[in-house]
Amino acid sequence: MTGFWSSRERPVSTVPAWIRWLLAVALATQVSLQFAQRARAPSAADLPRAPSAQALRLASLGEPAALARLAMIWLQAFDSSGDNAIPYRQLDYARLVPWLRAILSTDPRSEYPLFAASRIYAENSDPAKVRLILDFIHDEFAADPNRRWPALAHAALLAKHRLKDLPLARRYAAAIQQLATDGSIPPWARQMEVFILEDMNELEAAKVMLGGLLAAGRIRDPEERRFLQGRLEELERRLKSR
Amino acid sequence: MPMKVSRRFPSVTVAHYTLVEALRSGLPWLAAACMLGVLGLAGFLSQVAITEASALQVSAAGALLRACAVFLIATHVVASVSREANDKGLELALALPISRSAYYLGKLLGFAFVGALLTTLFALPLLLWAKPADLAAWWISLAAETAVIAAAALFFASAMAQTVAAIAAVTGLYLLGRSISAIQAIAGGPLAGDSLPSHAARWIVDALALLLPRLDAVTRGDWLLYGAPPAGELSQLLFGLGLYLALLAAAGLFDFNRRNL
Repeated sequence: MTGFWSSRERPVSTVPAWIRWLLAVALATQVSLQFAQRARAPSAADLPRAPSAQALRLASLGEPAALARLAMIWLQAFDSSGDNAIPYRQLDYARLVPWLRAILSTDPRSEYPLFAASRIYAENSDPAKVRLILDFIHDEFAADPNRRWPALAHAALLAKHRLKDLPLARRYAAAIQQLATDGSIPPWARQMEVFILEDMNELEAAKVMLGGLLAAGRIRDPEERRFLQGRLEELERRLKSR
Repeated sequence: MPMKVSRRFPSVTVAHYTLVEALRSGLPWLAAACMLGVLGLAGFLSQVAITEASALQVSAAGALLRACAVFLIATHVVASVSREANDKGLELALALPISRSAYYLGKLLGFAFVGALLTTLFALPLLLWAKPADLAAWWISLAAETAVIAAAALFFASAMAQTVAAIAAVTGLYLLGRSISAIQAIAGGPLAGDSLPSHAARWIVDALALLLPRLDAVTRGDWLLYGAPPAGELSQLLFGLGLYLALLAAAGLFDFNRRNL
C-alpha cells in the first residue's frame, strides 16, 4: 500500500545551505508581511447592495439553509470592528434591511436574520435606524407568526422602552396577540398588548381585551387565569374611580 | 524524447521539456474547451440580462476563466509529477549531470511558464470588453497566481505519494487563500465571544493567516470593470505573490533535497 508521504527523508545536512537560508528568509518575510497587513473587519461603507432572494438561492447551489447562515455570519462582520466604540453604528440600514430580507427569503425557517435584527441591529442608538429594523421585523412576522414571535416581542419591548413609542409597541403586541396561535407561546407574549394599553392609560380598551382573552378560553393555567382576573378587577376599579 | 542537458543552464533545459510535455498533452485542448465554454456561458448570460450586459459578460468570464486557469494548472502539475514518479522518469532525469535543485527549479519554471501561456490564452478574448491597461494588470496578476498554484501543486505532489491527497491539499490552500481575510474579519468581530474556545479559534485563524497568500486581493474581476488598482498597490500585491512563490519553492527544494529516491 502506498503511504501518505512519499518516502523517508535524508538528513537536513544534505540540503544545500542556500536553500535552508532561502526557506528561513522567505518564511520570516511572509509572516512579517502578513502580520503587517492583518485583515480587519470590513467597514460600514464596504457593505454592498443586497442581491435578490432568487440570486441568493441560485448562488446556494441547492443548499439554501447553509448559505443563509453563512451569509448572516458574513453580514454581521460589517462595521463590527473590535475597536469600534459602538459596533454597527455607521452601518447603512437602508442597505442592511434588504440583505436581511433576502437572507430570510432564502431560508424562511432560519431564525438567524430576525434574531440578529432584534437583538443586534435594533440596539443602535439612532432611532431612525431602529425604526427601520423594527418595521422589517414586523413585516416579516406575519409570514410565520408562530416561529417569529420572539423577535416581534423584543421589538415591542424596544419600541416601548427605547423609542418610548407606545402606539408602535401596541401595534407589535397586537400582531402577536392576533396572529401567534401556537399553544407553546408564553402568556406574557400574548398578553403584552393589555399591559401596553394600561401604560397608555387606555383602560377601557385594556379591560375589553383582557375580558376577551379570559372569555375566549385560551388561558388554561389556573394561576395565570387568577392573576389576569385580578388585573381585570383592578382595571375596573381604576375605571370607576376616574 | 532523450533529454539534452545544457551545461550552463540545466534548469532552462528541464523547463523546456516541461513545457513541451504540457503542449503535447491534452492541456491545450482542455484550455480551449474551457475558454469556449466560458465565453459561451458569458454570452448566454449577457443575452438574458436586462442591463449591464457587457459588464456581466466580462465579470462572469473573468471569474470563471480565473478558476479554470487555477484548476487546470494545479491538476496538470499533480498529474505530471505523478506520471513521472510512476514511470521512473525522475530517477532517469537525476541520473543525468543535473543537481536536484536545478531539476526542481527547472520543473517549477516550466510549470510557471505553462501557467503564463494559459493566462495569455484566457486573457486574449477579454480584450473585447476590458480596457487593455486594466486587462494587463489582471493578466500579470493571474500569471503570478498560476505560478504560485503551480509551485504549491509541485510541492504537494512531490511530498505526497497520493494524487488525490495532493490535489486536495492544493485546493484547500487555494480556497483558504481566497477566504482567509473574510474568516479573519468575522473571527475578530465583537460577537465572536470571550470564551476560551473563541480566543483559541481567533488565535488559530490569525496564525493560519500568517502562512497563507492573500489570493482574495489579486486578479479581481472588478479590475476589468472599474479599472486596475494603482501601480503601487499592484506592485505590492505582486510582491506578496512573488514572496509566496519563493517560500513554496524553498519548501519544495528543501523537501526534494531531503527525499530518498
